[in-house]
Amino acid sequence: MDETLLPARLQFALQISFHILFPAITVALGWFLLLVKWRYRRTGDEAWMAVYRLWTKVFALTFALGVVSGIVMSFQFGTNWPGFMKRVGNVAGPLLAYEILTAFFLEATFLGVMLFGHRRVPEWVHTGATALVAVGTTMSAFWILVLNSWMHTPAGFELRDGVAHAVDWWAIVFNPSMPYRLAHVLLASALTVAFLVLGLSAWRWRRGDRGRDVWASLRAAALAAAVLGPAQLVMGDLHGLNTLEHKPAKVAAMEGIWETERGAGLRLFAIPDEAARENRMEIFIPYAASLVLTHRWDGEVRGLNEFVGAHPPVAPVFWAFRVMVGVGMLMIGVGAWAAWSLWRRRSLSSPLSAVLVGMAFSGWVATLAGWYVTEIGRQPWLVTGVLRTAEALGPAPAGAVWTTLGLYGAVYAFLLAAYVATLFRLAAGAGKAVAAPGGGALPGLAAAPAGPEGR
Amino acid sequence: MGLADGDLAVVFGALLALSIFLYVVLDGFDLGVGICLPFAGDTGERDRMLGSIGPFWDANETWLVLGVGILLVAFPAAHGAVLTAVYLPVSLMLLALVFRGVAFEMRLKVGSAEGRRRWEGVFAAGSLGAALAQGWILGRYVMGFAPGWGEAAFAAVSALGVASAYVLVGASWLIWRTEGALQRRAVAWARRALLGAGVGLAAVSLATPLVSERIAARWFSWPETLWLAPLPLATAALAAWLWGRLRVLPMPGDAGRRGPFWASVGLFALAFLGLAWSFYPWVVPDRLTLYAAAAAPESLRIILWGAALVLPVIGLYTVVAWRIFRGKARPLLG
Repeated sequence: MDETLLPARLQFALQISFHILFPAITVALGWFLLLVKWRYRRTGDEAWMAVYRLWTKVFALTFALGVVSGIVMSFQFGTNWPGFMKRVGNVAGPLLAYEILTAFFLEATFLGVMLFGHRRVPEWVHTGATALVAVGTTMSAFWILVLNSWMHTPAGFELRDGVAHAVDWWAIVFNPSMPYRLAHVLLASALTVAFLVLGLSAWRWRRGDRGRDVWASLRAAALAAAVLGPAQLVMGDLHGLNTLEHKPAKVAAMEGIWETERGAGLRLFAIPDEAARENRMEIFIPYAASLVLTHRWDGEVRGLNEFVGAHPPVAPVFWAFRVMVGVGMLMIGVGAWAAWSLWRRRSLSSPLSAVLVGMAFSGWVATLAGWYVTEIGRQPWLVTGVLRTAEALGPAPAGAVWTTLGLYGAVYAFLLAAYVATLFRLAAGAGKAVAAPGGGALPGLAAAPAGPEGR
Repeated sequence: MGLADGDLAVVFGALLALSIFLYVVLDGFDLGVGICLPFAGDTGERDRMLGSIGPFWDANETWLVLGVGILLVAFPAAHGAVLTAVYLPVSLMLLALVFRGVAFEMRLKVGSAEGRRRWEGVFAAGSLGAALAQGWILGRYVMGFAPGWGEAAFAAVSALGVASAYVLVGASWLIWRTEGALQRRAVAWARRALLGAGVGLAAVSLATPLVSERIAARWFSWPETLWLAPLPLATAALAAWLWGRLRVLPMPGDAGRRGPFWASVGLFALAFLGLAWSFYPWVVPDRLTLYAAAAAPESLRIILWGAALVLPVIGLYTVVAWRIFRGKARPLLG
């Protein structure tokens, strides 16, 4: 059984890493589509409809990948981690059931209307379907994050014979870390979509595809990135304070702090050495960690040595945290640059457009890194204080788990490549559709500024 | 809700059966259409075939999520026992469903004719793979997950039977939702599939009481035999009626276009009732009953409240979606 633990954990990590890429887009993209649809109805401007058409296709493809990878996840609980449901199923079960009942059917059914019902239903019904799809994806995120947060900070239950029984559903749903985690993840989705829209639109711009739909997408996404980036910084800080209160060992690993100290320094770079229980090649800003975590220069930060045997592996959490924060800071900077350029100067320079294309998938990187921080940071617990990961493992033989891990890995690598390639192909096709006669020699094209070459 | 704990397990058993049944019928026709896709005459026909399931397949697949979800949350012990016993076929089924779903979207998004053909192939292979894997899992389940060559042969027959049944309901769906040459082709597919499904159903029905004394006792003890007799008789009568219909369709004015689909659904329902009668109250054959596998009653109650409120709403908007997309299928625009 022990030899199954590694492949089973790798498999779950692979499944969830692959799966999260798609909801990270669809949750916010649904609202983006609704906004675009609303702008179209208000202005009657065909450019917004062109934006809607392209991003609806992206949504459909992304949604399909999210659904199919989500189905795999729902089976994995039983195939690889039967102990999870046996021990905490009385709490996890209803939360998952409510997700399926209130969110899955809603989004899946109205997605059909949204994608294929355009000529079959009145315009307001179609807009309504778009709204319901957005509501559905967000509700889905809500229930999943309730469960995930409960696994981090369980509340509202009691243990009888080692099995969790629900006592207070209000406390279970609104468990201590849920509001922070939910807000943090929803903002992450919004930023992921903002940079995806910026990246693909900048790519079209660079190819000489400079219709007003491209310009409108760029401006809307730049504004969103510039506003939501700093908001995420504040939210991340609040979430961090919440984690410090409930999971100090995780924060100690994130910061790479071994000994409890006052006025702790912020490690910019270090190689945590778990055997020696110290950092090598440390570069730090004095007092900064205490300031960030406790909002006081000399605040006390508890070190990993207070949690020997009960803290997560340090290096992966430490590094994933740095990747998340680093990419996040980059997104804030680029978002401000893009908003300033597109809104104040009304132009898109070649260096900026290149940076935007390069950062098209930066949201994925930050989201995955953040996910690793929190999920690896929960180890060795699956449900904090209730169930250890190793205890939930199923009897599937290691060979079978390794085999399916390899299969899933190969399939997912292929699908990811096909997905990214298809997004760019869709973006390229959108330009052609608009440029085609009748498809859109858009009126008032002059309103879009010419690029540097056009001046 | 004033339900005793035992009744609660039965209610959830019924909900589980309902979701699996709806999944099998609804995604059954999607998968059946997918299996038939390579046999279409031309690209235009394939466009219409995909168009006939496009607005539905996402929601249809959700019933599988609900089914496995209910198994997971209401009968956690059974979920673990069943899924670990059929680990590899379940994984293969999931991979096939992944490819099927992605291929559907990709088929609409790629630019070149060659690319479309390739994704059509993936779509058909994924549909066939998922159907065969589900049939295999059913066969293994009926045999109580016992190892051995005989059991594997039984699972293989079950796999082919389920795939044929999906082609039957898929082709019947196409008879309803298409016209012209494609509709005539669908009639021919449905005829062949009815033969295959009939052989499979008969084989499973005969083999089950032979291998399980418990099931034999269920069916062949007096007076149960008497009042169970309508079940196989109705199945045979409905199959015969459907066969007759498939010989005369399509009819002038497109009369009777819905008949094969609803008759297929009826056959699915009868086969499902037969299985349910064979296995109730076991949720894992001869190992775990509904009652023993059920989760804590207070958690089941809170799910039941949600289900009682939400399922009618789901039913309502599903009907709305079916109304919106009524009539003959049109090709989908990416």
